[in-house]
Amino acid sequence: MKRLYLPSHEWVLADQAPHAVGISDHAQHALGDIVFVVLPAVGDPVTQGERFGDVESVKAVSELISPLSGKVVAVNEALLSAPETLNQDPLGTWIIQVEGTVNEASLIDEATYLAMDKD
Amino acid sequence: MDKHTPLFAEHEALGATMVPFGGFIMPIQYPKGILTEHKAVREKAGLFDVSHMGELTLKGPDALANLNRLISNDFTDLEIGKVRYGILVRADGTAVDDLLVYKRNVEDYLIVVNASNTDKDDAYFQANLKGHYAYANASADYGQIALQGPMAEFILRLLTDRIPEAYYSFIENVTISGISTLVSRTGYTGEDGFELYCAAKDTVKLWKVLLETGAPYGLEPCGLGARDTLRLEAGMPLYGHELNDETTPIEAGLKFFTKLEKPDFIATEALSQSPKKRRIGLRLIDRGIAREGSDIYFNGQCIGKVTSGTMSPTLGQGIAMGYVSPEVFSETLFELDVRGRRLKAEKVKLPFYKK
Repeated sequence: MKRLYLPSHEWVLADQAPHAVGISDHAQHALGDIVFVVLPAVGDPVTQGERFGDVESVKAVSELISPLSGKVVAVNEALLSAPETLNQDPLGTWIIQVEGTVNEASLIDEATYLAMDKD
Repeated sequence: MDKHTPLFAEHEALGATMVPFGGFIMPIQYPKGILTEHKAVREKAGLFDVSHMGELTLKGPDALANLNRLISNDFTDLEIGKVRYGILVRADGTAVDDLLVYKRNVEDYLIVVNASNTDKDDAYFQANLKGHYAYANASADYGQIALQGPMAEFILRLLTDRIPEAYYSFIENVTISGISTLVSRTGYTGEDGFELYCAAKDTVKLWKVLLETGAPYGLEPCGLGARDTLRLEAGMPLYGHELNDETTPIEAGLKFFTKLEKPDFIATEALSQSPKKRRIGLRLIDRGIAREGSDIYFNGQCIGKVTSGTMSPTLGQGIAMGYVSPEVFSETLFELDVRGRRLKAEKVKLPFYKK
């Protein structure tokens, strides 16, 4: 499984199509209790580096940035009623699945991401 | 730059996330998180460091006249051992702060104010007090801890039998583990509970004994995050949000705490005018969270702004408070702009949650 990251803490599985997209453990920890997720619709286009939704904790709202460009082919609707899944299992919980091309060179590999000094 | 309360090291030891607030570095949450802390207060009990609050003392033959002249409520019939809420106002009716007044004895009052406003309030009192009085800012002398929730009384009874019975009453010189405290049956959560005042140097000991005594009964240390969601559910204003230097207590819906009939009140004339805006409570019908700054729409027109909003942990729904123009105050259906999405919301009577 090849998981690549954006500096804004979203991940994409590069070696599985369609590509699952989620948020990192650091992101869920920094946000705290997640209570709401704003999702795109199936069929919506997404663009690498641009917002595709929001994740909201009790404390704050944070934009979800897409790690790749393409088309949304699946949306994790279960997050609408159980957003806390993102706190409990951030790496095992995809938010959307995207048909498209992962520009691997523009993303951060897992080892580098985990070693990064994050704020 | 930011000050520490006497409990700073305790919060660090408990793994709290610390943030600047009102000139202090305060815990926003402990490792279990805001939802756990919120639930603890609604179902069992929570312990809050509120030592950042300011304490002012006012004594002397003209103390009462000064309180009644500068603060919205009427303190004439306030009995010794009782607490009363009010809004410190200017002559134009705008709020300097909201506060609690404790009557400790004849001509002897303790005034408890918001941390972020302590210096402003202090300057306002110094500039406006008249006659024969003794006034002091004693904020640095006090530690303050809030014990809140349905188990609060049970936990406190394990430490003392001197418990104030009535809401908004207090007892002084209550000894808890050798510490002299003022025990006040007040709070900012919408639950039964107490606020305990002690000498600053005793705060750590009091915090530890309360935490140890309560832990077996579900007591959790709670930060500012839970304090905010709890007070929001309880519909209580927070200075800097629902109250500020441009807002009057009438606009804020605090008429009950504003007595215009009393003689020699600084803002009687200003507060007799019709309000320019009105505070409302909103429950989101669409799923989402409208936070501070979201525009409020009625019939496609922007007629107000949200001042506080969150996902209510108890109701599982978005709730918000905000101000709208008086013409739409009696309407029920509004729309809130949340980053470009228009969410439907209905006006509801405050509080959102009542125990």
